[in-house]
Amino acid sequence: MELMFALVIGTLTATGVYLLLRARTFPVVVGLTLLSYGVNLFLFSTGRLVTGQQPIIGSAEHYTDPLPQALVLTAIVIGFAMTAFVVVLSLRSLADHDDDHVDGRRDEPPLREIDETEANGQ
Amino acid sequence: MNDWLLAPILIPLLGAIVQAFMGYAPISLRRTLALATTVLILVSAIVLLILANDGSYRIYAFGNWQPPFGIVLVLDRLAALMLVVTAVLGLLSHIYAVGGADEGNRQFHGLFLFQLMGLNIAFLTGDLFNLFVAFEVLLIASYGLLMHGGGTARTVPGLHYVVLNLVGSAIFLISVGMIYSVTGTLNMADLALAVRGLSGADLEIVRAGGLMLLVVFGLKAAILPLCFWLPKAYAKATAPVAALFAVMTKVGTYAILRVYLLVFGDNAGPLANLGMDWLFPLALITLAMGVIGALGAGSLKNLVAWQVIISVGTLLAPVALGSEAGLSAALFYLLSTTFTVGGLFLVSDLVSSQRGSAADRIITAPKMRNRTFLSVLFLVGAVAAAGIPPLSGFFGKILILQSVQSGAEMGWLWSVLLIGSFLTVIAYSRAGSIVFWRTVDGHLERPARLNGRVSASAGALIALTVTLVVLAGPITRYTDATAAQLHNTAAYTAILQIPMVAEGN
Repeated sequence: MELMFALVIGTLTATGVYLLLRARTFPVVVGLTLLSYGVNLFLFSTGRLVTGQQPIIGSAEHYTDPLPQALVLTAIVIGFAMTAFVVVLSLRSLADHDDDHVDGRRDEPPLREIDETEANGQ
Repeated sequence: MNDWLLAPILIPLLGAIVQAFMGYAPISLRRTLALATTVLILVSAIVLLILANDGSYRIYAFGNWQPPFGIVLVLDRLAALMLVVTAVLGLLSHIYAVGGADEGNRQFHGLFLFQLMGLNIAFLTGDLFNLFVAFEVLLIASYGLLMHGGGTARTVPGLHYVVLNLVGSAIFLISVGMIYSVTGTLNMADLALAVRGLSGADLEIVRAGGLMLLVVFGLKAAILPLCFWLPKAYAKATAPVAALFAVMTKVGTYAILRVYLLVFGDNAGPLANLGMDWLFPLALITLAMGVIGALGAGSLKNLVAWQVIISVGTLLAPVALGSEAGLSAALFYLLSTTFTVGGLFLVSDLVSSQRGSAADRIITAPKMRNRTFLSVLFLVGAVAAAGIPPLSGFFGKILILQSVQSGAEMGWLWSVLLIGSFLTVIAYSRAGSIVFWRTVDGHLERPARLNGRVSASAGALIALTVTLVVLAGPITRYTDATAAQLHNTAAYTAILQIPMVAEGN
């Protein structure tokens, strides 16, 4: 279980970082989401991985650490709010600049303009 | 008596909730209530400053839980000082905002108050995870404030700012998790005791977590490799928001002071002074980088935004050296630079409103209105920012220079700080002479009349640099006591033994 858990966190984080570096708003948003999933799973594991035990003292002989669960819950709530905000901001950026590059600049003229210049040339 | 600790958090919270529910009320009513809230925050901060001035630690334990188990608010001299700085800056930029910058967005005042609430939680909390929550609260509000005022110019720097801070939050959570997984606690006082007995693999995990935490705080404070988001974002923000943001980089500095003096301080055993060897050169390079940016700035707001980076470098260099005198000097400089930078942002905006299409760009333009008043404000602000006598920036820098008296550090700090100050003077005199002296013939389209309230708040922030010099005696006594208190970590960890309020009263 530990190996599986570690691999999942590593994959999520690595994919998230890769997508963040893509410099397009949609991959960046997805990358941030994956990164926050990785972080949340990691936080969950900081109380040690145990199965079949409750985070309540006195309910059973052994209990699992409740604090990481509280931390993860807070982090998830904050993460959702932030993701919603960054999605709206990306849409705004797309509308303002007519392009989804995070710098708002165009790498190459869009196809429509090329067509127009060709049409004018002929 | 310790219930007072909640006041700087509850007042803006209630004020912001009221604002949220009266979004369609007449703007004069909303403005009055919002300003009243900010005044109350200042009053509560001053009460806490008086309370903290006796040198004891006051704690408020949520739910009456004994410290390592519950979340605590801790008030000491440093926290009280930061609260007052934030409240003064918040009030004056709020008065400026009421002069017209708050129009166009019904939730401006709510966001502004939430931002103040987040800042106040960050300064009062004694818990690492709660510090994260405070950062998020102030960041969410700052995202909204940064985008306030509209315009396509703000979306790109805003997007960069938001994405960078979200990545910062992810790293913050990872480092908090790493530290928790080994020590089993997030209470800062308990953490300070727990890191002392570490060894082997546990030690390395906490070391890695601590260094990652420094990266996060460095991002908030805008230390060199993590500072390139700042000039664009701050220069594009609305003036009162930019002025309030002058205290945002200080939150990063505050967090470094708090965590690295308490948890990873001199008593931390193998982890003593973690990361401070890195911080000193980075701070000096940040300072140099800020000066280079200021020399090349194309507009007044950009110039002031680079001044923010200069002040971060100047602040953190003596902090990294860790002497008590250096810490006290850094705190004095923090006061001076926060007010100066905030004031300069407001003055740049006033200048921009008087110059038509030239705005605040450093180019020649027709003669502006109210040139004498604005140029005097700019001159006083520039003198304080560059650190030439007789204003507070000079005192702060002299204290910093005096705190290092020997060794290679002295050579580096003195040379970088002095050459940097000289080049900053050049940057300001170039900007000032072009903007105020070199006028071309022509007339301005619709020069707006200067609003009295707006000019008064900008003037008051700039005038605070003079006040700081007049009150330099009592203020340095306070910062000296703060530095001594910060170095005495045993007193802070003693809050773990503070008896809780008895049941049923």
